[in-house]
Amino acid sequence: MATVEERKELIGEVLEAYPAKAKKLRSKHLDVKADAAADCGVKSNKKSVPGVMTTRGCAYAGAKGVVWGPVKDMVHLSHGPVGCGYYSWSGRRNYYVGTTGVDTFGTMQFTSDFQERDIVFGGDKKLDKVINELEELFPLSQGTTIESECPVGLIGDDIEAVARRKAKETGKPVVPVRCEGFRGVSQSLGHHIANDTVRDWVLPKADEYRKLPNGFEPSPYDVNIVGDYNIGGDAWPSRKLLEDAGLRVISQFSGDGSFNEVVMAPLAKLNLIHCYRSMNYICRFMEEKYGIGWLEYNFFGPTEIAKSLRKIAEQFDETIQAKAEAVIAENEARMESIIAKYRPRLEGKTVMMMVGGLRPRHVIPAFKDLGMKVIGTGYEFGHADDYKRTANYVEEGTLIYDDVSGYEFEAFAKELNPDLIAAGIKEKYVFQKMALPFRQMHSWDYSGPYHGYDGFEVFARDMDLAINNPTWGLINAPWKA
Amino acid sequence: MRQIAFYGKGGIGKSTTCQNTLAAMAALEQRIMIVGCDPKADSTRLMLHSKAQTTILHLAAERGAVEDLELDEVLLKGYRDVKCVESGGPEPGVGCAGRGIITAINFLEEEGAYEDLDFVAYDVLGDVVCGGFAMPIREGKAQEIYIVVSGEMMAMYAANNIARGVLKYAQSGGVRLGGLICNSRNTDREIELIEALAEKLNTQMIHFVPRDNVVQHAELRRMTVNEYAPDSKQADEYRQLAQKIVDNKKLTIPTPITMDELEELLIEFGILDSDEQYQEALAADKTVATV
Repeated sequence: MATVEERKELIGEVLEAYPAKAKKLRSKHLDVKADAAADCGVKSNKKSVPGVMTTRGCAYAGAKGVVWGPVKDMVHLSHGPVGCGYYSWSGRRNYYVGTTGVDTFGTMQFTSDFQERDIVFGGDKKLDKVINELEELFPLSQGTTIESECPVGLIGDDIEAVARRKAKETGKPVVPVRCEGFRGVSQSLGHHIANDTVRDWVLPKADEYRKLPNGFEPSPYDVNIVGDYNIGGDAWPSRKLLEDAGLRVISQFSGDGSFNEVVMAPLAKLNLIHCYRSMNYICRFMEEKYGIGWLEYNFFGPTEIAKSLRKIAEQFDETIQAKAEAVIAENEARMESIIAKYRPRLEGKTVMMMVGGLRPRHVIPAFKDLGMKVIGTGYEFGHADDYKRTANYVEEGTLIYDDVSGYEFEAFAKELNPDLIAAGIKEKYVFQKMALPFRQMHSWDYSGPYHGYDGFEVFARDMDLAINNPTWGLINAPWKA
Repeated sequence: MRQIAFYGKGGIGKSTTCQNTLAAMAALEQRIMIVGCDPKADSTRLMLHSKAQTTILHLAAERGAVEDLELDEVLLKGYRDVKCVESGGPEPGVGCAGRGIITAINFLEEEGAYEDLDFVAYDVLGDVVCGGFAMPIREGKAQEIYIVVSGEMMAMYAANNIARGVLKYAQSGGVRLGGLICNSRNTDREIELIEALAEKLNTQMIHFVPRDNVVQHAELRRMTVNEYAPDSKQADEYRQLAQKIVDNKKLTIPTPITMDELEELLIEFGILDSDEQYQEALAADKTVATV
């Protein structure tokens, strides 16, 4: 067992490679979880150190890619030069049900494709025209969001004025999102900006926009799923669990969600939030404005699923509590068989994680259910409240790294030699070339879902496939062959 | 080929001074091109006897991109064969005029507008508000900067700021300050004041252009003084300035001064009041008020 001291020594060694100033800055973002500590001891949500390789994205990525992007029946317009839109095309695997290009647009990409002329003379006229064209080409779209790219902010286009005018003309929501990439330190600000546009541009008109389903009667069991982006279909087993427990999900916000679901949200009795980091802002607002409470839950792995289901059920009456117990009991045998199948193959295996907003803590218990141990974890863009929550998930001696640089991650991995690295596409090939098994924890590597009981079966299989793949044993350095 | 640029506070008479001087330089057998770098496109009207010529950016916006333009559509020959071109730009309050200037100058370079010339003169919008307006200085395009100034405080303040801009790019781009052109506003002790400022900025007052209504008379007729009244005293002033610029060897790296130093200078010449005088004036007002 590694001691806290040993790990701290390792951090010291890794930091040695930096020049004095960078060393000082980075030292605050690396720490080891001490036994009784209520926090992880790291600073977070600070500007990345110039010169290091960071995995962070930008405000545009957070607003368009994460929060607004999955709202499937709206057109999300990348407003500016073509690159931002093109290179973020289908970057996230938010699954949805619908006829793409007719009533849903999730895998399509729209851009105003700025030219030099639009920079010099301003892009507002073009934006106006683009929205007209979109309206003509996709009459079933339920509205437009305008995600502004950097140049739009630099030249000071008045996209709000265009949005107001077009909303009036089309009778549909047009939401200007000022998510210029140069704002803030990471994609995290983009989440916040997107949340704020829901607050300022959508919810005040929710009653006007809302189309109640036929025969809709409010029920005391109405809940929203907030911050599940349906990566690889995650939201579907989650929804099923809640419905099996007797609750009625009236809005999936935003994975596989529609614009109408966004404006249905204020009718719910409780917001159930999965990704706290990206959607806590709107939950807090809805609490303040509509008195709707919010509750964080974790649907990774049977232990946490049961815990979360019970916690959710506690907010309701006994019928719900009884149903939740029944759901847990119903799945017990199946979960046991999954664990019986995979645990012997995975027992004692170690993992290093580095993901985005919630998975660096939420997935830890799912690994634990399989007998695996997370020895290092950290966030790309977490804040202090994320690390505080993480402290309850990690064991003593776990290495904590915030906004870990390419160099640090490699150096830690070389030293700790984990059995699995669970991070993103930018890290994947580096570690695979080091012959380390790797799983993508943002996109589930073309697999999923991982949420809920159904998801756990896929998760367990995938971890086994990665770690026990015989390929890794066949890789030798050419000079050692 | 020498590349020069005229900078100065808005309304100081840059475009007028620039065109009048260049007209006189053209008479000295110099082959010249004027590049107007101001969205309002008034840098060539005295040369072309027209209101405003078609600008690069407006034509580009109409056609789609600068790539769709031919050089001869935007490059016209004016008085004494001076070549005239205007960058143009957006209306106030939209888009990015600075980027427009960059686009326009790049276009001129790619199209070979800079061939067979002795002088290229950039006439740049009043205040260097963003990187785009510094483009002629920054990318080693303009090598000599002439600042048009007068004995008024804000004009001198602007001149000092422009000197800062020149200093910033003096090392990297090799740009130099050619001198201050005093375009007289008939303020007190104007010549001495501008000479003192020039000394502090490590440059020269290259010429003092007196105020003369003939300039306005010529402008009304969309002409330079050299063309409208070639025998006037003012035409001769511009000829002298033209000769001085052609012969100018005093190209320096400026030494801009602090705001405090500038204020001291103005107090010394009685343009600003000192703190004591300010207090005295306030006290005097008070006595009047209480009486």
